[in-house]
Amino acid sequence: MKKLLTSTALMFAMGLPALAQEYTPDPAATPGGNIVVTYKDDVATLDPAIGYDWQNWSMIKSLFDGLMDYVPGTTDLRPGLAESYEISDDGLTYTFNLRPGVLFHNGREMTAEDVKYSLDRVTNPETLSPGAGFFASIAGYDAMSDGSATSLSGVTVIDPLTVSITLSRPDATFLHVMALNFASVVPQEAVEAANGDFGKMPVGTGAFSLDEWVIGQRLVFAKNENYWRAGVPYLDAVTFEVGQEPVVALLRLQNGEVDVPGDGIPPAKFTEVMGDPAQAAQVIEGGQLQTGYITLNVTMPPFDSVAVRQAVNMAINKERIVQIINGRAVPATQPLPPSMPGYTEGYAGYPFDPEAAKAMLADAGFPDGFETDLYVMNTDPNPRIAQAIQQDLSSIGITANILSLAQANVIEAGGAGTAPMIWSGGMAWIADFPDPSNFYGPILGCAGVVEGGWNWSRYCVPALDEMATAADSITDPAMMDERMSKWSDVYMSVMEDAPWVPVFNEQRYTMRSPRMGGADELYVDPVSIPVNYDYVYATE
Amino acid sequence: MAGYFLRRLVQSALILLGVSFITYFLLFILPADPVRQIAGRAATAETVANIREQLGLDQPFLVQYSRYLAGLFQGDLGRSFLQRTEVSTLIGARLPATLQLMAAGIATELVLGLSMGVAAALTRGKALDNFLMITSFVTVSAPQFVVSLLLLYVFAVKLGWFPIGGYGTFAHIVLPALTLGLLGSGWYSRMMRSSMVEVLRTDYIRTARAKGLTRARVILRHALPNAILPVIAMIGIDIGIFMGGIVVVESVFGWPGIGQLAWQAIQRVDIPIIMGVTLVSAAAIVIGNLLADLIAPFIDPRIKLR
Repeated sequence: MKKLLTSTALMFAMGLPALAQEYTPDPAATPGGNIVVTYKDDVATLDPAIGYDWQNWSMIKSLFDGLMDYVPGTTDLRPGLAESYEISDDGLTYTFNLRPGVLFHNGREMTAEDVKYSLDRVTNPETLSPGAGFFASIAGYDAMSDGSATSLSGVTVIDPLTVSITLSRPDATFLHVMALNFASVVPQEAVEAANGDFGKMPVGTGAFSLDEWVIGQRLVFAKNENYWRAGVPYLDAVTFEVGQEPVVALLRLQNGEVDVPGDGIPPAKFTEVMGDPAQAAQVIEGGQLQTGYITLNVTMPPFDSVAVRQAVNMAINKERIVQIINGRAVPATQPLPPSMPGYTEGYAGYPFDPEAAKAMLADAGFPDGFETDLYVMNTDPNPRIAQAIQQDLSSIGITANILSLAQANVIEAGGAGTAPMIWSGGMAWIADFPDPSNFYGPILGCAGVVEGGWNWSRYCVPALDEMATAADSITDPAMMDERMSKWSDVYMSVMEDAPWVPVFNEQRYTMRSPRMGGADELYVDPVSIPVNYDYVYATE
Repeated sequence: MAGYFLRRLVQSALILLGVSFITYFLLFILPADPVRQIAGRAATAETVANIREQLGLDQPFLVQYSRYLAGLFQGDLGRSFLQRTEVSTLIGARLPATLQLMAAGIATELVLGLSMGVAAALTRGKALDNFLMITSFVTVSAPQFVVSLLLLYVFAVKLGWFPIGGYGTFAHIVLPALTLGLLGSGWYSRMMRSSMVEVLRTDYIRTARAKGLTRARVILRHALPNAILPVIAMIGIDIGIFMGGIVVVESVFGWPGIGQLAWQAIQRVDIPIIMGVTLVSAAAIVIGNLLADLIAPFIDPRIKLR
């Protein structure tokens, strides 16, 4: 029997935790208005196959759509360009029924051929997409990747409104993958007409279309009057001004010239803003799928000893580090952030106990400690955090030399496996999609232990990889709880082996001008980072 | 004259070639991998290898560099690694803003610097002279990052006289030009002062005075034109200092020029952009110096080009 899921209401009735109800529109929302959003860095590209930056992630979400989407402000999946989908019993074939009458910004109707073209394009090596690897579970990916095919054999157009995707292995995260920006549906004729500059001339089906782009100055998004989701977006236009220092953006916000400073509140100004009731009222706090951690390279003595790694875990005063960043985080107990499915509730993590840590270190054969190197990215507050870690370590006898380097150099050292310890700040893992598997493979799994990989601990336990694969083979939505408990087991084993010191989960703080409306969740949207432009509105 | 010009042109081309080689080499040995920046953190080893191969970054240094040069000779600066757009398009879109800011900055520093220098020379040893020379010392030493934020805070935020950063109208250019101009004005006022003091000691000034000319006429007609010459010759060299300062000033004021482009590219190891901006800036400095040398004999007939 095929599981036929035709409406979200039905899915909810069946008690599937991963899929929730449609979004209830804000009754107070008023259409119209133009807002100004600032960013420091220029927008590199709006090509959904390529864009992977802080500032362009939610911009691309507003210009394009994928087959799947998330309920605004949440991590719950909902159908996007696909009206419904069916999963075969073996969990290997997904059949998506597309929404009829969806128009691209160029006026042409979107069809199944476009879905196929878009997936072929993102997995084609010539596209140089940083997200190609997400599609590795689609049948025919390997042939695309090595250049022996120009089209994914697993993606079949059944009729203009039906496309089926066959996987080479069960993948419980597949629907999340189809909601990633990289899976956005793009029209072939526009990509080809742009002649390599599709990133500057994007055409999608999204709530907004690109109206104007003055390089280095501003981008203007105009409301898509033909948007297939009724009632949104509310705003007539969004103007993104780039090249604005966060401090300057904050001053302009106070002056009423800016509605959302996209880079948030600069750390140096945080206390001042929060101390002023008028300004603090404009701040919205939210969690994010992020963990800041210290990696301990398990292939480099003395961190090859579990006892040493556990002792380091017990030596770090996480509360104090949270204070260093003005309390903009919560202490972490485990790799997964608390809002991530699969997070182990009730696990307290390693206690802060320098005395016990010192004793463990002595038992492990290092009564006088040892000397090591701590790599850190050189932008504030990371060097200050590294100093706190250094002090904590010295209290149990470990002398850590801080190597404060540019981001690219720290990433290089981590990828080469030559760094004994790295503080992940400024480069820390933020989930691509709200699923526990996204915190494992590249950063704690064997797949990340390669030259240039992101598993900076060089931690590789094949048995755990098998557990992870087993968890991701559970594709039946009714067995989600079992899948999550398997993931919880994986992360608890990781904690026992202690290749990381999970330090904190950073909170996100966004500011908005008093005239901005919309639920707080939209300003700290866990998926449309940093702001969900489709659903916020202006009150004047 | 023609021979001199030709020789200088060849020299300039060689300088640019040297700059391109050194910059490319430094970027090559930099312990940061541009491919990691393009590939992002989710990329598999195959994706990384594929990107490296497609961009030719797996080749040895000389192969990569000669490919770059071959493109350069055809006027092709390549495509940005991260933006995927032609570097020439990106620089072309931003160069006018930088040139505007540079022109405004040079005008500001000349007006400020020369008038301060003359005033100081004429009041040598008096309170005004001391005050101006201390001021010039401060403007030369103050970091531009601090000066720009200070100006922004006082004149744009507190007083509201100017917009808080951005680009477009005359009001937008005042504060960034002032930031750049203040630094240069310190140098120019000191040079102008010493040059003026020297000229005022010469025989022909004494003769002019002895003829019974008015003080104003002596200064404006006889002293100033002679004192200003060596100072004007500095403008060519000055462009180099400007190019350095522009990176900071453009970033703070949100000025959409090539300095801002360079700053963002450096952080992401976007080699084609870094190379492009470096070469354009180097070309500006080389051309500036060339022009200064070529113009010199017209201002001062004593100088002969050989």
